[in-house]
Amino acid sequence: MRLFLPIVAGLGFLFLYVPIASLVIFSFNESKLVTVWGGFSTKWYGELFRDPQIIDAFQISLTIAAISATLAVALGTLAALVLVRFGPFWGRPVLSGMTTAPLVMPEVITGLSLLLLFVSMERLVGWPAGRGMLTIIIAHTVFCMAYVAVVVQSRLVDMDDSLEEAAMDLGARRVRVFFDITLPVIAPALISGWLLAFTLSLDDLVVASFVSGPGSSTLPMVIFSKVRLGVSPDVNALASLIILVVALGIGLAALAMRKRR
Amino acid sequence: MAAPDTYPRPWRDQTDPPFIRIKSITKRFGDFAAVDDVSLDIWQGELFCLLGGSGCGKSTLLRMLAGFETPTAGVVEIDGQDMSRVPPFARPTNMMFQSYALFPHMSVEKNIAYGLQRDGLGRAEVAGRVAEMLKLVQLDGLAKRKPHQLSGGQRQRVALARSLVKKPKLLLLDEPLGALDKKLREETQFELMTIQDQLGVTFIVVTHDQEEAMTLSTRIGVMDAGRIVQVGEPRDIYERPGSRFVADFIGSVNLFEGEVEAAAPDFMRIRTAEGGILVPPEAGFGSREKVAVAVRPEKIRLSREAVGADNALTAVVEDYAYMGDCTVYKLKLPSGRVVSVTETNGFGAEPFTWDEEVHLGWPAAAGVLVRG
Repeated sequence: MRLFLPIVAGLGFLFLYVPIASLVIFSFNESKLVTVWGGFSTKWYGELFRDPQIIDAFQISLTIAAISATLAVALGTLAALVLVRFGPFWGRPVLSGMTTAPLVMPEVITGLSLLLLFVSMERLVGWPAGRGMLTIIIAHTVFCMAYVAVVVQSRLVDMDDSLEEAAMDLGARRVRVFFDITLPVIAPALISGWLLAFTLSLDDLVVASFVSGPGSSTLPMVIFSKVRLGVSPDVNALASLIILVVALGIGLAALAMRKRR
Repeated sequence: MAAPDTYPRPWRDQTDPPFIRIKSITKRFGDFAAVDDVSLDIWQGELFCLLGGSGCGKSTLLRMLAGFETPTAGVVEIDGQDMSRVPPFARPTNMMFQSYALFPHMSVEKNIAYGLQRDGLGRAEVAGRVAEMLKLVQLDGLAKRKPHQLSGGQRQRVALARSLVKKPKLLLLDEPLGALDKKLREETQFELMTIQDQLGVTFIVVTHDQEEAMTLSTRIGVMDAGRIVQVGEPRDIYERPGSRFVADFIGSVNLFEGEVEAAAPDFMRIRTAEGGILVPPEAGFGSREKVAVAVRPEKIRLSREAVGADNALTAVVEDYAYMGDCTVYKLKLPSGRVVSVTETNGFGAEPFTWDEEVHLGWPAAAGVLVRG
């Protein structure tokens, strides 16, 4: 009975970390066959950095993620402000529904509907011309905005209304109040919203596949197409690198949190 | 003879014009009138308490003075100026919030300086006034702290300093002591009065705590269901409640219901279940009218022997509570009514105990006639 908890915890950790560990281990595999151990080697890491397709895709993905996360934070915050602060107004239920719809909508539907929109817009107004990074950024902004709006909304609801009133009482006009008080108070939500949006965008395969065009393949799309042709060990190397970056990021965030406290 | 009263009470003779005029102000939320046709004059330097239970409209009234709520009808004038079209950030008022509303991301110093910076004051002057304010509220050493590093009492002082630093004509305080524990609250009450006296700023305090209102205020406005039911100095409110509600709300009171039986020039007699009760004559009450006699527990004398008093009853001690400085007795009258009586625990008196028969007596002047 005394061993029950350690055993359960151990199994949990195994379940979570064995796949990751095996991926990291096999990224140092000499053999070209993913499932057969052929001795230690770092050659796939070298291979990875010599593969222009992957480097390009990585850059494209980072750019798209950074831009769409930023746009999503701006739009999502505005939507959250309107939904929390403006009380009941005409069209509020529709706005509220539309803001949260991408959260529950299957990605395939989001992707398809955006593709249809882009195609018919191109036909009608000529913009956006063709599919590419721009359309992916727009599409990612759309569904990331929903997540940001939810995160920021909950922070705004928790915020004491009298903080803003106090600032106004002390002589600040509305815009001033927003930048001096509201924004700093909800800043943690904006940061976590941005990070969430960034991750979601980096992670997305389905929506991007619908709205991308030639020369704008994102990293998940490249990985997916590579794997379809048979898993190659350089994908393992890439995945290991991503895990390293994520782990470092989480470690730094934890350190920063501890310091703040 | 009492010492001459030099304390200024401009509301008594009303020769000075009032500083704040609230003219039949109403605030409706849908069909519900949170504040219903309230008129009030407040003089400069007053510490006016709006007292009432939760939902009586006192906070809404305060928020209308600050400009956070727009009145449905009526006008607020501060120092002769109509405030109707003046937004909150331009009003000569400041408010101390119940939650204190300290800006969590700013230090104590920056919190206090915020209002001055909005007025575009120079750096040196801002620093000087902030230091002055910190000294006034005795927080000299804590200028660099963030609000979450302060105790409740310290936060309260920062909030007070922040709301006073702009030298408002009128300071609005929403339950300023509500979040403090009892001992701290009592200390802070006196500090608040001292500060108000030093600065000469007019204070309007919203509170549900009648003791706090009694201690702090020059005058009290008792509110119920959106209306002001009585305005007066604490002593008037306590000694001469204008209605059954006020008598009951402020302190504890014994109410003897009955009807007017006889009215003489120097007394009135009220017939109650306990017999005839004498009260001082009061205009405006007709014969047979349903009334109640309000008698405060500390105005009734208890003794073991019958005493000659205007009103005398006998009762049995049902229960008592020893409070240290006084003892509260619950006495059962033959009519079944339970009366509370407070006896000061002086020196040498033998306390009464359960089931003891006691004589109650109070002079006619101790009773107040209220409608109801």
